[in-house]
Amino acid sequence: MKISEQDVRRVADLANLALREDEVARMARDLDGILSHIDKLNELDTANVEPMAQVLFDAEETATLREDRERPSLTNAEAVANAPVTGGGYYKVPRVIER
Amino acid sequence: MSSPLHGLTIDSIRAGLLAKKFSAEELARQSLAYAYAENPKTNAYLTLSPERALSAAQAVDSKIANGEDPGPLAGVPIAVKDVILTRGLRTTCGSKLLANYVPPYDATAVIRLEQAGGVILGKTNCDEFAMGSSNENSAFGPVRNPVALDRVPGGSSGGSAAAVAQETAVVSLGSDTGGSVRQPASFCGINGVTPTYGRVSRYGLTAFASSLDHIGPFGKTTRDAARLLHVIAGRDEMDSTSAFAPVPDYPAALDGNLRGVKIGLPREYFDGLASETGDLVMTAVGALKNLGCEVRDIQLPHTPYAVAAYYIIATAEASANLARYDGVRYTTRSSGVNTLSDMYRMTRDEGFGDECKRRIMLGTYVLSAGYYDAYYLQAQKVRHLIARDFAEAFEQVDAIVAPVSPFPAFKLGEKVKDPISMYLSDIYTITGSLAGIPCMSVPCGRTAEGLPVGLQVLTRHFDESTMFRIADAYEKASH
Repeated sequence: MKISEQDVRRVADLANLALREDEVARMARDLDGILSHIDKLNELDTANVEPMAQVLFDAEETATLREDRERPSLTNAEAVANAPVTGGGYYKVPRVIER
Repeated sequence: MSSPLHGLTIDSIRAGLLAKKFSAEELARQSLAYAYAENPKTNAYLTLSPERALSAAQAVDSKIANGEDPGPLAGVPIAVKDVILTRGLRTTCGSKLLANYVPPYDATAVIRLEQAGGVILGKTNCDEFAMGSSNENSAFGPVRNPVALDRVPGGSSGGSAAAVAQETAVVSLGSDTGGSVRQPASFCGINGVTPTYGRVSRYGLTAFASSLDHIGPFGKTTRDAARLLHVIAGRDEMDSTSAFAPVPDYPAALDGNLRGVKIGLPREYFDGLASETGDLVMTAVGALKNLGCEVRDIQLPHTPYAVAAYYIIATAEASANLARYDGVRYTTRSSGVNTLSDMYRMTRDEGFGDECKRRIMLGTYVLSAGYYDAYYLQAQKVRHLIARDFAEAFEQVDAIVAPVSPFPAFKLGEKVKDPISMYLSDIYTITGSLAGIPCMSVPCGRTAEGLPVGLQVLTRHFDESTMFRIADAYEKASH
């Protein structure tokens, strides 16, 4: 096994996912299969290859800069309209720090 | 009942409107009625938008009445994938998490097609957050293939492909990250285009894997797809990765002349292909030769590594992009949580479907301490090798043709329990996505069972014109 149930729990924590017990076992099995296939990449010698993070095209260095001008943004009401819990124009979340 | 849109194209609708044969409002009303009646068969639409459609159609009619130009997409009924934001019109991304999400702004592509006179009929079903190859990962139920209702339409843009195939829309918008436009186009027997990365603004496209995401058009004809792309393409200052390159007049490039066009056939793409699919693709290659193309074998040697590289890069980016669905801003929060941490964890566990969770987990794993170099960095290097394969091939040929999918549309439920075999079926579309080159699927016949097969045409960065010219000439010759 490339990945244990303990690894799955650790990664789920990093990803902020509360996996149920039955999900942990299934996830370990699925990820193990995928990671075994992914191991194929180690067959390639990439010592002299630059990583490619993005498809980039030739453009002037300043091409994407624009004038910094004022323009309308979302109103406060629009910005919070989809939130499940709001109050006074803010997002409300459970208490973070106890007094 | 046959579709009121049967036989209509973007150009014939415009001509009919200008000749006063019908009004945009009549066409919109008939199309909506037909879509309401037919949708239960396929589940292609998640939301129909009669108010928005009728007001757009009425605007086209008044322009015509006032002697103004109603635009290149005048009165054309269009379906839009539900990962593309529409202001004031529910946009779910196929996810339970966003079941009630109403965007506060329009995607740039949506603004452009409405400014061109297009009439948005509704939002189409898709795999949750565009993650899937069969449209079975939607929280709102799968889409059925209009060609064979017991089969999948492909994914992730299954609803947009089905809407055009079912003739409830003339054209539609999908999104493609690893094949999500081309594969459903091939399964449903229509055209689907993934333009050059950056050709169409991603502003308002819900992010899945930002370095791979594209908006792309579907159409029954190559000309319709070319015209729709022409409208939505071009630089947008709201997306800094959108390209500055001028947008050529794609429909004008469809001159039917393929004499001397050099086409490469990658041998690697014909291993492990269903035999009927291979035969139909090779018959299409024969037709291209008859049209004057020079066909030669080429090599894309890193093809066998593409799926592995893709599923590392795409899931790594997805794990970051999907972090925003945390119960604070986007409509859904788990009930009865008392701490911030439980709010995040429970909301995400209850909200995301299995495939999203799998990809978030894989993406988080490959980026986590100790694995970054071995997985993510290695995948980015392999991506470079795949892009280099294409660059070298395009020194010898003008275009590459290949299959789209190893097999035609499969039955609902057939592959859903085996994520790896589902991932591996994306092999022929993923390579072009990683390289960021334009690629499309054009129908190339049907199997003995009547299932459509697509021919993939790939060209150099920003050379959509050659891609469209080949597809259009082939389409006319094969009809």
